[in-house]
Amino acid sequence: MIIYAIALNTFREAVRDKILYTLLFFALLMIAGSGVAADLTIGEYDKILRDLGLAAINLFGVAIAIFVGIGLVYKEIERKTIYTIASKPVARWQFLVGKYLGLVVTLGAEVCVMGVGFLLLLIVAQGQLSLGLVAAIWLTWIELLVITAIAILFSCFSTPTLSALFTVAITLIGRMTSGFKDIAASADAPGLETLANIAYRVVPDLQTYNIRSEAAYGKVIEWEFVAYATGEGLLWVAVLLSLGSIIFQYRDFK
Amino acid sequence: MTELAIEIRGLRKVYRSGFLRRAYVALNDLDLDVRSGEVLGYIGPNGAGKTTTIKMLMGLNLPTAGTVKLLGRPLSDRTVRRRIGFLPERPYFYDYLTAQEFLHFYGTLHGMAKADRQRRIDELLPLVHMERARHVQLRKFSKGMLQRVGVAQALINDPDLVVLDEPSSGLDPMGRMLIRDIILGLKERGTTVMLASHILSDVEEICDRVAIVAGGELRQVASVSDLVGHKVQSVEVRVTGLDDDTVAKLAPQGHRVTPQGRTVIEVETIDLANMLARDVLAAGGRLISVVPRRESLEQLFVDEIEAIERVDREKP
Repeated sequence: MIIYAIALNTFREAVRDKILYTLLFFALLMIAGSGVAADLTIGEYDKILRDLGLAAINLFGVAIAIFVGIGLVYKEIERKTIYTIASKPVARWQFLVGKYLGLVVTLGAEVCVMGVGFLLLLIVAQGQLSLGLVAAIWLTWIELLVITAIAILFSCFSTPTLSALFTVAITLIGRMTSGFKDIAASADAPGLETLANIAYRVVPDLQTYNIRSEAAYGKVIEWEFVAYATGEGLLWVAVLLSLGSIIFQYRDFK
Repeated sequence: MTELAIEIRGLRKVYRSGFLRRAYVALNDLDLDVRSGEVLGYIGPNGAGKTTTIKMLMGLNLPTAGTVKLLGRPLSDRTVRRRIGFLPERPYFYDYLTAQEFLHFYGTLHGMAKADRQRRIDELLPLVHMERARHVQLRKFSKGMLQRVGVAQALINDPDLVVLDEPSSGLDPMGRMLIRDIILGLKERGTTVMLASHILSDVEEICDRVAIVAGGELRQVASVSDLVGHKVQSVEVRVTGLDDDTVAKLAPQGHRVTPQGRTVIEVETIDLANMLARDVLAAGGRLISVVPRRESLEQLFVDEIEAIERVDREKP
C-alpha cells in the first residue's frame, strides 16, 4: 500500500509535468520523421523505416529515463519533501522502490504511446506488422528499467550532474560490454584480461536488450531469448535497487 | 499509555563535511524526557541543535551515539510512527497535489483506510481554515496556507505525539493564533506536543515546560511557571477614589496617574501589594487591578544565552 501510494504519487507528478509531454511530442515527431527519412534513401525503405522508428523510441526512452531518474531521489532531499515521508512509518527501501515503480510506469506509458505511434505508422506505410517489432519495443522498455535503476542508484548519493555523468557513462559502457569480453579473450596481459572480465561482469550488458536490427530485418525472434533477457533485466534491477536501498538507509538528510 | 512520550539518553550527533571529513558536533550527550500529555517547548538560538535533535527523533538523521524511545518504543521500531505527527521547519510539499490529494497521500503512508482518511480530512481542513482550498493545487498556496496544510498533514493520523518545528514561522498574527489554538486543543485532548519555536511569547503561553538548548547542549529544563512565575519583578496596583495626601502616605516611593485618572502604585512583591490593597480599601479607595509584572520567558532566555556565551568565551 505504501509503495503503491509513493509510486502513484510519482506517476502523478510526471503526468502533471509539462516537460515530459514536450519530450514525448518530439519523440513522436521523430518517429513520424523516420518515414520521410526512409523516403530519401535508395532501396530498403521498409528496413530503414523500422530501424529509425525503433531507434527513436530507444533514444527518447533513454533520455527520459536518465533525465527523470537522476533527479528522482535527489530532488526529494533537496526540496526536503522527503522529511514528511521518511518520518512516517515508511521504510527507506519502500520509498526508493515506490519512486522507481512510479517512474517505471511513466516510462511504460511513454514507450506505449511511442510504440503505438510507430506501429500505426508502419500499418499506414507498409500495411503489415511483425511481432518481432513488439518484442524489440518490449526489450527497449526492459533496458530502460535497468538504466532507470542505475540512475536511481547514483541519485541516492550524488548530485544530478554527477549522477547524469555516471549513468551516461555506465549506459555507454553497457552497450559495449561484449567488446570487453572479446578484449578479455584476446588480451595477452593478464592484468588487462582481469580488468576486461571485471568490466564485463560488473556492468549490465545492455546489448542483451537490443534486438532492434533483427526486428527491423524481419528475422525470427526467439521468445525464449526475450523471456531470458527480461529475467536478466529484472535481476539487474533487483541488484541495483538493493544496492541503492543499502546506501539510502544510512544517508542523513541535512 | 507510557509515562514518557519521548525518552532521550546520551544523544549525540557529529556531522562530517569537506574533503578532509572534518567533524562538527551538532548535539552532545543530550538527556531529555517529554512526559505524556505535556507540551514541551524546545528553544535555543539558531544552530543550537534543535532541528538536529528533531531530525534524529523523526528518523531523518542517524544518531552518532545515544538512544531514543518514542512512546516507549525504540527509534528503530517504525510502526510507532503511526502514532506520531511531524511538521518540519519551512516545509516543502508536492505542489502539484490538491490539498485533499495531499492529505490522502500522507494518510495512506500511515496505513489509514480510505474512509478514515476522508473523515479525518473533513475534520482537519475546517480546523486549519482550508476548507475552501480543498481542490486547489498547493502550488497556488501562500506560505501561510502551506504551513496550515502542513499542520493538517501532521495531524492526519490523530497522533498521540506531535513534533512541530517552528510551526508559526512566516505566519501572520491570525495564522499564529490559529496554530496556538490548535496546540492548546491538542493539549486539552492529552496529546503530547514537542514544540521548537523562536516565538517565545507563544512558548510561554502554550508550554508546560521548556528545554533550553545552546551550542549543542541542553542547558536547562524547567516548567514555564517555575521559570517565569518565581521572578515577579514588581506588582502594579491601580486604585481610584483616594485624595493626594492619602496617596502620598501610601506610596512614599512615588506613583503615576493614568489619563483616565487612575492612580498607579508599583510595589516590589506580592505581599507588599496585598498590604497596599488592604490600606487602600481601609482609606475608602477602590481597587481597580493588581497586576504582577513577571520576567518574560524571552528576557529570561536572552539572559541565559548571554550567560552561556560569556562562559564559553572565558573558556581557555
